[in-house]
Amino acid sequence: MRIGIIAIQGDVSEHIDAVERALCERGIEGEVLEIRHEGIVPRCDAVILPGGESTTLGRLIEREGIAGEIQNAAMKGIPVLGTCAGLILVATRGDEQVHKTHQHLLGLMDVKVNRNAFGRQRESFEVDLDLPFLDSPYTAIFIRAPAIMDAGPEVDVLSTINGRIVAARQNNVLALAFHPELTPDLRLHHYFLDMISVT
Amino acid sequence: MELENLRHGTELIKRGFARMQKGGVIMDVTNPEQARIAEEAGAVAVMALQAVPADIRKAGGVARMADPEIVAQIIDTVTIPVMAKARIGHFVEAEILESLGADMVDESEVLTPADEMYHIDKTGFTVPFVCGARNLGEALRRINEGAAMIRTKGEAGTGDVREAVRHMKKIMGEVRELAGKDKEELIKVARDIEAPIELVLESADLQRLPVVNFAAGGVATPADAALMMRLGADGVFVGSGIFKAENPEMMAKAVVEAVNNYDNPEKLAEISRGIGSGMKGMSADTIPPEEALQTRGW
Repeated sequence: MRIGIIAIQGDVSEHIDAVERALCERGIEGEVLEIRHEGIVPRCDAVILPGGESTTLGRLIEREGIAGEIQNAAMKGIPVLGTCAGLILVATRGDEQVHKTHQHLLGLMDVKVNRNAFGRQRESFEVDLDLPFLDSPYTAIFIRAPAIMDAGPEVDVLSTINGRIVAARQNNVLALAFHPELTPDLRLHHYFLDMISVT
Repeated sequence: MELENLRHGTELIKRGFARMQKGGVIMDVTNPEQARIAEEAGAVAVMALQAVPADIRKAGGVARMADPEIVAQIIDTVTIPVMAKARIGHFVEAEILESLGADMVDESEVLTPADEMYHIDKTGFTVPFVCGARNLGEALRRINEGAAMIRTKGEAGTGDVREAVRHMKKIMGEVRELAGKDKEELIKVARDIEAPIELVLESADLQRLPVVNFAAGGVATPADAALMMRLGADGVFVGSGIFKAENPEMMAKAVVEAVNNYDNPEKLAEISRGIGSGMKGMSADTIPPEEALQTRGW
């Protein structure tokens, strides 16, 4: 199993560690690839878009030719996980801020996103979140986090905070407004690994 | 979900914010127009200050926090995070910047220090802090005071990268030296470098600083930025290097691309070609000791 992590900018090494630990816990042979240039995504069985600055990430995956490769992979059914900035990038529609910065979205999930939906860094927070596939709450770290304001009929809403969607899944695409890679709790990485069919 | 259940300003959130900046370039800006150029070029964040270090050097006098009006305008202009500089020990400037909504405060030696004995107690703030350091002891003392991010001090405003190189090599080397030492030896190290033992043990175990470590001070070209990444920096701050270059737009874009391609010389050659000359700069060893910025803070 080969899992690719977009490694242009953001908390890449935290995701690598989390995936490697999750693979180890399952006793699965797996390889984690850092994706900084084109040509690597087509070799992956799953792709993770980490947290970081969505404007920067969006621009650079476009400039490096990675954006189209992710879209092709997702269309073939390859699982894609977007966390925080990654959630913004997988969306089909954005808010005014997205338009203002001419941000290119990958359009993999039928949702409208609001960047910094909870405010600036001083409003960033931790909270114990309920998720339908976990038997106890998950400590979720939200950093200048986005939220989904509106989701199409194909989208499974997994969790909300005050009416704002913070976790959602549409077939092979999982989007989280928070950072599962910043805590030692690997349950969400395991959930994502479950989405990967071994080929 | 009740909003009162949300926990703000925890260590995890502050350090987490700094981690989101990794692999990125943070650019000094003095007005909204420059902030727009930085965002357009792909900066991960901007640093708001009154004047870039090269101009602070030239102007002399007391350098303070930027005008809150300018900081507010920059916050309204860009969607990327906005950081801002406060004087060493000036907790009121830091509180003002926090209340404006700055996403991170840089307790910076580039400004004239307000306190010659103490740095700000950063644990009492919701906003995270970045502080400069020249060696492991200095870095761990700042982390112990609550800094969520460290950057090398370099010699700001010179365009001469040698001091940033010296500081990065020193910190990386001192961390490597911790490997293989037993607890008694690490206790001795902690005493010698005047750092808390818990943080020395953590650094020895992680084989890196417990927080993100960026390069700063004298980075002036795409090659300088790539060099600092090769030396182990998690990202790069660029100040005068961009807006004192012949063509700031091209230089800003080139530095961002260089950080993403730091280990590819062919790509770096392509990125560095025809972008106009870098800032003129001055050799760091021509600066009289009393004018050096890196010796501020301890």
